[in-house]
Amino acid sequence: MPLIENGRIVEDRFRRLADDEAVPAEGAVLLPAERFLKEAEALKGRAAPVGVLWPNNRRIEEIAPHLPALALVALHFPIFRDGRAYSQARLLRERLGWRGPLRATGNVLRDQFVFMLRAGFDQLEPSKATDAAAFAEEVGSHSVFYQPTGDGRPSILRARLGRVAPAGAAG
Amino acid sequence: MYVYDEFDRTFLAERVAEFRDQVERRLAGALTEDEFKPLRLMNGVYLQLHAYMLRVAIPYGTLSSDQLRRLAHVARTYDRGYGHFTTRQNIQFNWIKLEDLPEAMAALAEVGVHGIQTSGNCIRNVTTDQWAGATPEEVDDPRLWAEILRQYSTAHPEFSYLPRKFKIAITAADHDRAATKVHDIGLRLHRNAEGTLGFEVLVGGGLGRTPFIGKLVKPFLPAEHLLSYVEAIMRVYNRFGRRDNIYKARIKILVHEIGAEAFAAEVEKEWEAIREGVLHLDSDVVADIRSRFVYPAFETLADNPPELAAALENPAFATWHRNSVHPHKVPGHAIVTISLKPVGAPPGDATADQMDEIAALADAYGFREIRVGHEQNLCLPNVAQKDLPALWQRLEAAGLATPNVNLVNDIIACPGLDYCSLANARAIPVAQEIARRFADLDRARGVGRLHINISGCINACGHHHVGHIGILGVEKNGQEFYQITVGGRADEHAQLGTLLGPAVPYEQVPELIEDIVDAYLELRQSPKELFVDTVARLGIDPFKERVYAAH
Repeated sequence: MPLIENGRIVEDRFRRLADDEAVPAEGAVLLPAERFLKEAEALKGRAAPVGVLWPNNRRIEEIAPHLPALALVALHFPIFRDGRAYSQARLLRERLGWRGPLRATGNVLRDQFVFMLRAGFDQLEPSKATDAAAFAEEVGSHSVFYQPTGDGRPSILRARLGRVAPAGAAG
Repeated sequence: MYVYDEFDRTFLAERVAEFRDQVERRLAGALTEDEFKPLRLMNGVYLQLHAYMLRVAIPYGTLSSDQLRRLAHVARTYDRGYGHFTTRQNIQFNWIKLEDLPEAMAALAEVGVHGIQTSGNCIRNVTTDQWAGATPEEVDDPRLWAEILRQYSTAHPEFSYLPRKFKIAITAADHDRAATKVHDIGLRLHRNAEGTLGFEVLVGGGLGRTPFIGKLVKPFLPAEHLLSYVEAIMRVYNRFGRRDNIYKARIKILVHEIGAEAFAAEVEKEWEAIREGVLHLDSDVVADIRSRFVYPAFETLADNPPELAAALENPAFATWHRNSVHPHKVPGHAIVTISLKPVGAPPGDATADQMDEIAALADAYGFREIRVGHEQNLCLPNVAQKDLPALWQRLEAAGLATPNVNLVNDIIACPGLDYCSLANARAIPVAQEIARRFADLDRARGVGRLHINISGCINACGHHHVGHIGILGVEKNGQEFYQITVGGRADEHAQLGTLLGPAVPYEQVPELIEDIVDAYLELRQSPKELFVDTVARLGIDPFKERVYAAH
């Protein structure tokens, strides 16, 4: 599966472990939340990076005490129509102060890329290779955003200020 | 009118281009129908019984004459020459071809009109009082706040894939013409004892198969906090609303299941964390949006000019004037309702020619502005009283002066089985036949204000639960049957109607409605007691006895 980070297709250095697979000493690993929470104490001594795959039906606030130990947070879209991970992403970025990589996994489709970026994701795992290839085109075709979300993009509500309305605008 | 600026126009142009691309990818097979469906819905495109349907938003019910003419153009060019106004300030075109949709959308976008978020599990077109900005009853123009919410909710990255659709309505008058109590969020703009402008916030109202009246979660929210508080509600709903069952996914179920108090507490906690953040509505942001609403340059005129007094001697004009003309906040002016309920026609339909004529009348007499109300009628909000006689003559000639506003044949009905793939039963022919029974408008006037609402299935697009008389189509063994409720209302005293008795077959509905009306005429204390007040005073039993004894 391709991985897009900050607009570029990159190699995924995180390995997802099977449930019964022992955590290796070397290499970055991505663990399901349940296992991560169970083994959090033991994992603290691990030198290599640890990421967590957080399900969309678990309160994201529970992750807060573990954030300093994490190298990646991955959120899940079981189907693209299930938008819970957007709220989790914004809370992670804007409430819990997570500055590390935030990955969208699951049913990640081109027509939701911009929403994901605006919610605070900086890594996307597109479900289709063609969608991954269209990333720049997709993101480039959106230039105005109405509402502020904490992603730093200027929003229309703010941008309206400090400029003069054009004369004779159509109604 | 709200004047779109370069940001709005750029957004709309990009959106039209995006949808064109999505249609192409769908046709090329790069998007599956499952993937495409939410995208087309969020642009107002439904797949109906016979064809694709395009639902176009009329934000807070306001249209310019140019926009109405463009709707007429779309009706004529891409549809069958008419459009259907809905109960949520939208217009629907029922016969559009998929391949024509991008062209029709581009034509609409040129005048700032679109179908964005008229469907899908997102925040829908925000609705309000069709008399906004004109009625002396309001504390502020509610469209300003609806426009702020429109901007906030358009393509919202966090709230475009909610558990289910989400509808917000605003009233700024004590008399609620926007049915705010049966919306996911109902907002009542008012001033508190200190004179500060703010909102009473209701959450979890709605109709459909599990109807609820909205519950109070915030008696007074200072207006500057509107967006942060709405965001808190949306976030709680997006996180905790049910997604396991489409019929239990609306916010009303969440509020009902955890209780209004627990829900309000959860919202309050979220709100505390964001209320002073980027969504705080600084006065300059509000002032900027307010400045983009352009109001008519009203002449200084006196009430009851001689032209009006003379015309009122004509009984036909006087009847229409009593029924369809309402007080305006500016002296010498009036609000005019245009009935889209001529006896025998589908409720809420307007032909392309009628739309053009109404646009021309708005140019001549109404400062180029038209409104759409949830009762599926149109409105010219700003007419000089001296122009009323001339306006009436032209409305009359176009079949648009039926003086039946708020009467028994001013029926609200969904498209029903004639168009809709969800419907179990027809709605339009039922409305037409009932209207025919009361075609004698003297008789209808004798009955007084009586709202009949008809839905062709339990999704309740005709708002039957809140009709003074509600008619719900159901299917029984392949036959169309109808359940009748009485005593519902959608205004500031909103309540759900009570089931009168067993469902009756299609053929019996008009007679049964006549029996209910006859019972009311016998039971009311005086002609001043409205139907719905008689039901409130006596309960349904006297109606039930008379009506079912006769059948």
